[in-house]
Amino acid sequence: MNIVVLVKQVPDSGAERALRPEDYTVDRESANNVVNEMDTYAIEEALRLTEAYGGEITVVTVGPASAADSIRKALQMGADRAVHVVDDAVHGSCALGTSKVLAAAIRTVNPDLVLTGAESTDGRVQAIPHMLAERLGIAALTGARRLSVDGSTLTIERQTEDGYEVVTAATPAVVSVWDTINEPRYPSFKAILAAKKKPVTTLSLADLGISPDEVGQRGASSTVLSASRRPVRQAGTKIVDAGDGGVRLVEFLASEKFV
Amino acid sequence: MAEVLVVVEHSDGAVKKVTLEMLTLARTLGEPSAVVLGAPGCAAPLVAVLGEYGACRVYVGESEEIEAYLVAPKVSALAALVRAASPAAVLLGGTQEGKEIAARLAVRLDNGLLVDVVDLAPDGTATQEVFAGSTVVKSKVVRGIPLVTLHSGSVTPSPAPVTPELSTVDVVLAEGDRLARVVERGAEQQGSRPELTEASIVVAGGRGVGSMEQFALVEELADLLGGAVGATRAAIDSGYFPHQFQIGQTGKTVSPQLYIALGISGAIQHRSGMQTSRTIVAVNKDAEAPIFELADFGVVGDLLEVVPQMIEEIRRRG
Repeated sequence: MNIVVLVKQVPDSGAERALRPEDYTVDRESANNVVNEMDTYAIEEALRLTEAYGGEITVVTVGPASAADSIRKALQMGADRAVHVVDDAVHGSCALGTSKVLAAAIRTVNPDLVLTGAESTDGRVQAIPHMLAERLGIAALTGARRLSVDGSTLTIERQTEDGYEVVTAATPAVVSVWDTINEPRYPSFKAILAAKKKPVTTLSLADLGISPDEVGQRGASSTVLSASRRPVRQAGTKIVDAGDGGVRLVEFLASEKFV
Repeated sequence: MAEVLVVVEHSDGAVKKVTLEMLTLARTLGEPSAVVLGAPGCAAPLVAVLGEYGACRVYVGESEEIEAYLVAPKVSALAALVRAASPAAVLLGGTQEGKEIAARLAVRLDNGLLVDVVDLAPDGTATQEVFAGSTVVKSKVVRGIPLVTLHSGSVTPSPAPVTPELSTVDVVLAEGDRLARVVERGAEQQGSRPELTEASIVVAGGRGVGSMEQFALVEELADLLGGAVGATRAAIDSGYFPHQFQIGQTGKTVSPQLYIALGISGAIQHRSGMQTSRTIVAVNKDAEAPIFELADFGVVGDLLEVVPQMIEEIRRRG
């Protein structure tokens, strides 16, 4: 089973993040850039599947040259090769534009399965898997907390608002995974060394047959008008429990009419 | 007046609260039309409440196939409806399914998409809160009509009763709509507690609760207040509470009137899921815990002493 895993480099969600004042795109220069945490679960799931059924894992990333760091991390975990779409014209793409570029990049690999994280921690749009399914004309099984493979049949279990669903599709398909699906491995020293020799193919928009006008901020289907920092929430009263902390907290709740 | 489509979120013959929020918002934009898609017979019990919240029209698209396949049949029905009705805007719930439908609809119609919108102005300007709520963004769809998913809890639903007109929508599936088949659906224990994202009071526990047994205190307080129970990722990873109740970056986002944080340190990933709550109170042993920076009232102390005292005091007040 040949698998593509989509990997996105994002600013660390555990630190301060910002939009660039000049064009309201994500500030990647001043941020600590990391692999989108959710993608590491997709990589782990791909490794487990290829360990069980054979096949090759190709990491596909769209992003600036610095995203090579995230590709390396994925290769260290055990992916076999990578495709990196780097083109200044991609900067500022909306989800429609990004999905167009990703779909074209995935077509160059022609995999049986496309694995993604359920969302990126920066945009949190959750649109890409279904947009890819539309563009590639294949199934999307999204938000998987469990994935099983039987020949060319994929079955996932996913959590819903009310409970769970079991959904099945034939390959090729896109599957997105939540962080409940597995525990991503740490790369071994040997794997870190081996990753240096793994091939990374760099592609431009021209290589993919996409015009710069279709993507980036020029081709975007939505635009940001303004961005501002939200006023920081002011801390209120803090007391140290002197044996009556529970009572005083309830008094506060009563003053706010909650009890 | 311009027609605004509201894609109804419903289950078991009842609408979800986000639907009422969307109708309330839609009334400020134009004339709301609710779109109910589901299995045959699903719409009838919903019409009265949709009318109560201002739906001038209810489009009903019912088919066994809608339930049989993942989201795609709904997308086909909606794409046909948008083409026929030319609405001023389309609103969907900010749920996993709402986002999935919206994503596909955006591709089919080649229409811009804005998700997790907390407000939409009549001129189409959407307000979004990004990066764990730290940045407020105003944005606009520039290709097509505003196609947005509404972040639940952003609008206070208010009734504006009308008698809706009913229209039937044909559900015609595209070839690719039958690729992902739903073979099983099951409910997961929710009990009598309100749904986490809809509750007006949320009581949440973190690793500081200490054990699965002690987590019962969190539940007891929640039940006493009629609230929902949530947990941090750390508490869930420690096995204190089931995963579907996780609040934070990789879990649910809640915005209740009151958020009670017990034994929660307040890592940024957790704060992103709760910091827009109206009132926040916290109990934590560590006086330096970042949760106190957000709390309107904080108690530095052992929750095993403070919470039982709270429960006793609330009972005493009756």
